[in-house]
Amino acid sequence: MINMVLASIFESGVSIDFYIVLASVLFAIGAVGVLVRRNAIVLLMCIELMLNAVNLLMVAFSTYHGNGDGQVFVFFIMVVAAAEATIGLSILVMAYRNIRSTDVGIFNKLKG
Amino acid sequence: MTLEMIAILLGGLTIGSALMVVLSKHPVRSVLYLVVTFFLISANYILMNAQFLAIVNIIVYAGAIMVLFLFVLMLLNLNKDSEPITSIGIKLAGIIAGGVLLTVMLAALKDGLVITQQAVGSANNNGLVENLGELLFTKYVLPFEMSSVLFIAAMVGAVMLAKREKQIND
Repeated sequence: MINMVLASIFESGVSIDFYIVLASVLFAIGAVGVLVRRNAIVLLMCIELMLNAVNLLMVAFSTYHGNGDGQVFVFFIMVVAAAEATIGLSILVMAYRNIRSTDVGIFNKLKG
Repeated sequence: MTLEMIAILLGGLTIGSALMVVLSKHPVRSVLYLVVTFFLISANYILMNAQFLAIVNIIVYAGAIMVLFLFVLMLLNLNKDSEPITSIGIKLAGIIAGGVLLTVMLAALKDGLVITQQAVGSANNNGLVENLGELLFTKYVLPFEMSSVLFIAAMVGAVMLAKREKQIND
């Protein structure tokens, strides 16, 4: 019985337009977060959100075209995001040690 | 109850928790809402039959990266009092810029897809471990090996950056 219901659910599909709208909205939310928030850690989190929006759209198109290459690319994006988060956070820890704040407004010592 | 309804429900929850990441004042709450967002995105991957990526998303993002963020937040002891405040003008400008970006992206993507009105079916098995692994170790074996070099570089860089510098007496 449950198998029948699940099969009938998975027989129907979701239109690609839905995922385009969802990924665009998530990307825009991430972009607004980068522009509005001033805490550097929250900024890094918003970048992760934007990367995930791109991943979602890539998986949607990969499934849509029946081609696995897109999902391999999502895997590589995750690899790069992990490396980026590590480096970003360690730079942040070092900056916090020197100026005792994570406010990006104070990070202007390189302005000259 | 169709797949479309489940997807719309999941999508709404995803957008809601993503909004809470940006809106919540407390950084720890932002991290926790981001974990919720990643779990919901994994649920979306399962709907698209990308099972390998759903599990990797939970393990790598919700498990590893978010725990790293939480560790750094607790290490730096940031709370609501130390949260910098944004002026209302910058807030307004950011929201307007984001809205314009969203409008332009939706307009550009909608025009390109008038011809194709097919559904994202779950009939294909591209997202299973077997098929993705085969692709990863044949066609994309060079990028796969290069990513290990990238990880070593990132690891060495993180250790070098976060190491406490020696006091130089001059």
